[in-house]
Amino acid sequence: MGALEVLSCGPGLTVQDAGRTGYLRFGVPTAGAMDRAALALANALVGNAPEAAALELPFLGATFRMRSGATVIGAAGAGAVLAINEIPVPAASAALVRAGDRVAVSPACGGVYTYLAIAGGIAVAPEMGSRSSHMRTGFGPAQLAAGDHVPLADEAGSEAALRYIGAAAPGDGPIRVVPGPQDSHFGEGVWAAFLGAAFRVSARSDRMGLRLDGPRLPSARGHDIVSEGVVPGSIQVPGDGQPIVLGRDCQTTGGYPKIATVISADLGRLAQFPPGAEIRFRTVSADEAIEAARSLADWVAALPGGMRSARTEPAELTRHNLISGITDARGH
Amino acid sequence: MTRDPVVRPLGDTALSVEFADRIDPALTARIHAFDAAFTALRLPGVIETVPTYRAITLHLDPLVADRAAIADAVQNLAVAPFDRARDGAVWEVPVVYGGAFGPDLAAVAAHAGLTPDAVIAAHAEPQYQVAMVGFLPGFCYLSGLDAALATPRRADPRARIPASSISIGGAQTAIGSLEGPSGWHVIGRTPVRPFQPGRTPEFLFGPGDTIRMRPIPASEWAALDADAAQGARIATRLTEG
Repeated sequence: MGALEVLSCGPGLTVQDAGRTGYLRFGVPTAGAMDRAALALANALVGNAPEAAALELPFLGATFRMRSGATVIGAAGAGAVLAINEIPVPAASAALVRAGDRVAVSPACGGVYTYLAIAGGIAVAPEMGSRSSHMRTGFGPAQLAAGDHVPLADEAGSEAALRYIGAAAPGDGPIRVVPGPQDSHFGEGVWAAFLGAAFRVSARSDRMGLRLDGPRLPSARGHDIVSEGVVPGSIQVPGDGQPIVLGRDCQTTGGYPKIATVISADLGRLAQFPPGAEIRFRTVSADEAIEAARSLADWVAALPGGMRSARTEPAELTRHNLISGITDARGH
Repeated sequence: MTRDPVVRPLGDTALSVEFADRIDPALTARIHAFDAAFTALRLPGVIETVPTYRAITLHLDPLVADRAAIADAVQNLAVAPFDRARDGAVWEVPVVYGGAFGPDLAAVAAHAGLTPDAVIAAHAEPQYQVAMVGFLPGFCYLSGLDAALATPRRADPRARIPASSISIGGAQTAIGSLEGPSGWHVIGRTPVRPFQPGRTPEFLFGPGDTIRMRPIPASEWAALDADAAQGARIATRLTEG
């Protein structure tokens, strides 16, 4: 079994997949990759299924040492450049790494989240059906730090295709939202401001929520509602009138009115807006939102097939019982 | 009175079925019955449901769910009679009140103008309903608190209270599952681990369940806690859901 040692990294380096489902009623956040299309692209580069667990690197780059084994890696997302032993890997391409190789991921360029996928996936045991880290509750593998070893699923990565995929996920222009559920709490003038103005991404944004600075959006019925369910993409408006778009790590319920919901197809694109960037919104119908979700799913399905995808099934990794969690070399 | 539920979109991945915009135990019971009936339909594309005090969120696979069929099902269930108050299991939960396990028992007693023993008796009396789970994983909001025990939240929230704390915040009481921040008054703790990774099920209590507290002396804590650490439920399930 291979292992990738973290030599250096910034805060927030985590393992993410498609997230947890089935436990929302118990208050368990889904977590999962902030940019699903980028996760799918990174995984396609190395022949994995689109939702296989990969490393998510926010903002800063990271360096790794391949401790043992050999595998194929690929990166996608925020324009980061991958280098093996200081030699840059061409963009949108996979690369072979062997024991002793040094892997470097540059800081994000023009985005926030970079995904580093490894052929065969990451050999941590799923927790409640997912390998995603949720930092606030401690579900899933812990946030990674220098000295940690990331266990890799197998050593046979060299048989994966070394690929180039020059695809970019569809979508540009304003972020699309479906009004509601509390759209009627906001008057006509507030709606005009919401759709007419640019909102600046606050530096206080994280995986829980993207905080936006812009015109105040006062609710005619106050900013407390009886708590109800929320989703990633819910645009909550707390008492200061500054909207927060909930991210993948969001809680399962919330007590602020929600003016609108970002459609699922635009969540990844939204997540890649760095602090200081400006965002505009436009409304679409629920039907248009579903159509956009279908287009994105078609784009993912059209990525080169994962010939190794069967190996990334959770049951397979569990059966091998390779390792129960990210190992921490600092204790040794 | 309850009106017909209103279905509102949360983008393409969820629908909110809203019954009211207030807290009302009878309404919450109706929502839980609705939730059980809706879940039993096993409609395609419905991934999971989240019942809360006043609404149910239906989480959907947008590529599979048939929204028209879901809206029909909601309207059909809305006019069906709800003769069962609840569908969940009934649990008896042992609780050590006061002392190190409930550092705020005295504050709640002082606010209520009761003795600590009277607070314990009043808190252990009702059959609570798990109205919703939120804030943190496994944090069960219980409806049914004796109004005399309602206590405004602490002016200085704690950065951390232990897992399995029993607390009062305003007119609500709760059982927590994870250690976490809280501005509520901690009046006791149960050796039950409402959440335990790797146990089946990981979460013991869910929305719609009924909880009865059973005061136990602190001397019983160590043995029960040790059993719980080994995976024992400790909580006694009085009925099947």
